[in-house]
Amino acid sequence: MSNKEKHWEKTRGLMIVTLLIWFVFGYLIFMFGSDLNTSSFMGYPLAYYMCAQGSIIAFVVLIFWFANRQEKIDEEFGFTEKEDD
Amino acid sequence: MFKGNFIDNLPKIYGTYTGGFIVFILLMAIAEQAGMTAKTIGILFVAFTVCIYAFIGYMSRTVQVDAYYVAGRQVPTVFNGMATAADWMSGASFVAMAGGIYFGGYTYMAFLVGWTGGYVLVSSLLAPYLRKFGCYTVPDFIGTRYGGNFARFCAVVVLTLASFTYVTAQINATGTIASRALSIPFELGVWVGLVSILLCSMLGGMRAVTWTQVAQYIVLIIAYLIPVFWISNKSGFGFFPHFMLGEEVARLGALESQFGLVKNAAADIKAAGVPGGLKSIAVSHAGVPEGGMAAWKFISLALCMMVGTASLPHILMRYFTTPSVKAARKSVAWSLFFIALLYTSAPMLATLSKISLMDPNLATGIIGKPIAEIMKIEWVNSWINVKQAFIADFNGDGILQLNEWFMRGDVVVLATPEVAGLPYVISGLVAAGGMAAAMSTADGLILAIANALSHDIYYKIIDPKADVRKRLLVARSLLIVIGAAAAYIASMRITSILGAVAWAFDFAMSGLFFPLILGVWWKRATRQGAIAGMIAGLGSGTAYLIYVYPKFMGNAPWLGIDHLRFGIIGASVCLVVMVIVSLMTEEPDKATQQMVDEVRIPSGKTILGKQH
Repeated sequence: MSNKEKHWEKTRGLMIVTLLIWFVFGYLIFMFGSDLNTSSFMGYPLAYYMCAQGSIIAFVVLIFWFANRQEKIDEEFGFTEKEDD
Repeated sequence: MFKGNFIDNLPKIYGTYTGGFIVFILLMAIAEQAGMTAKTIGILFVAFTVCIYAFIGYMSRTVQVDAYYVAGRQVPTVFNGMATAADWMSGASFVAMAGGIYFGGYTYMAFLVGWTGGYVLVSSLLAPYLRKFGCYTVPDFIGTRYGGNFARFCAVVVLTLASFTYVTAQINATGTIASRALSIPFELGVWVGLVSILLCSMLGGMRAVTWTQVAQYIVLIIAYLIPVFWISNKSGFGFFPHFMLGEEVARLGALESQFGLVKNAAADIKAAGVPGGLKSIAVSHAGVPEGGMAAWKFISLALCMMVGTASLPHILMRYFTTPSVKAARKSVAWSLFFIALLYTSAPMLATLSKISLMDPNLATGIIGKPIAEIMKIEWVNSWINVKQAFIADFNGDGILQLNEWFMRGDVVVLATPEVAGLPYVISGLVAAGGMAAAMSTADGLILAIANALSHDIYYKIIDPKADVRKRLLVARSLLIVIGAAAAYIASMRITSILGAVAWAFDFAMSGLFFPLILGVWWKRATRQGAIAGMIAGLGSGTAYLIYVYPKFMGNAPWLGIDHLRFGIIGASVCLVVMVIVSLMTEEPDKATQQMVDEVRIPSGKTILGKQH
């Protein structure tokens, strides 16, 4: 397998993991909204908290994490951009 | 000042600008104490900020094609994040979101999740690859990846339909705010709004829009956060509302059961003469509706908004302006960070507003008190006079019940500072913030349409030999024509039949989402497949919208997929058709496959040249 193919395989793996986490915070937890709401976080009912702040914060953190991981992958296979590109 | 090492000086320039804006707010506060009228303060706030945007727009004028279309690809990560956040947060986000939560509670908050989660798709599936491609517009990518003018043309059609649906609502919002702040008729306000919008974008295209959007973000976020924090502190709910309103949310639940959540009959509302667009609270604030269907409605709305986000060209094109692929990825993260500052505050503002009105133990409370007393309150009177609020004593007991107090959603943002007894300077600031939010989004949308028409239709299809001067002349003329068309439609006040902002997301996801991502992620995707997918997706989505929308055919929605969610139908059809047709047609040629390989790695030259 060529360098490019290996790079793409890892990139695709990262994409899938990222979208799985996205699915959990964007959809899965809200399938159980009424169950979640029986517990609370910082005094807020949990399902309410997750859509007011929790999931949004999770998305921000997720994208920063994704960007750093992808940079590492690019570095590993020598595809980092150079200044003069 | 805007020459040479302008980019290195950005933090200093915008730091000074922010400081200057705060000094202006303080001056206005002093002027208010000295007896300046509320009206003058409102005019000064809107006029001062619009003049600054126009100045930035003038300073960023350009005659370079790549500066006009992609801001010269030198916008630093964090600043592009701010510009995207302003581009993203519309007048509706600013003025109506807290009101939506106020009336819709948890159910409405599916929009919050949907309007933020889409950025995960943007960063992992699209933005870095489109940046590597080096396109000027979204149809530029479709046209080059799949080849052929027809594919390019289809993408322009989807882009125009989605963006135009969105832009009339934005111009409508600038008109409303301008007319209220400057005390001019709405029809005139719309044109004042349009002129302000064009001043920001016409001379400098994307470059000018970028630097004004950064300035507009700063104004809008200050204007949103100051009232939230101030109200929370002044009314003693806690100095950091985001972490400290748990008790108030619980208290709202108790008050809801005390007063009862009554849904008024349509006949009663009509008989009482409640003005159109006004609502009363009938849905629990934090309670989750029971049942699988309710959960599905929440999830399906979030899905449409997320996938729509990742297909809206005015957002995607912001990531064409970063210096590198790496910067494009990081910039998506910063965008969402800046968006989250406002989006996490909206539920807090809704909570503060609700508790201030509903809790009879508070001085600001009105529910459960005698109507005769409430009518003596100044803010109640002034909002009832402009038909933004209404009292209907259904049970005739002379006491205001929860279902007897009606108001428009916008009032939550516009009046809560007044209700909490904040000085008028804050209301002026909020007007400037709303104006900034609506203008920045309108600018991004009009530019997206005009750029697609000038670059993809005029230059790529009609006259590929046109020189730079002629191309930019066409681009600028189109900007005026599209802006004027949108303003004309907005001034006719037919927005109620134009439908919801959510439609823009559904149109975009129906026609563009799969052609875009499969263009990068599936080498086997062919031109015929993409064209068939775009046509079938947009066609089926639109047909379903007509089938289900109450003002058109009004049939019962299938599986709860109503007119806000028709993109689910469109995008599914698009995917299926695109895959089937692609597999039936011959696989793309070697050159195309190599191009896709190149797009997938960050290093190396962009696919399309710097000037094309």
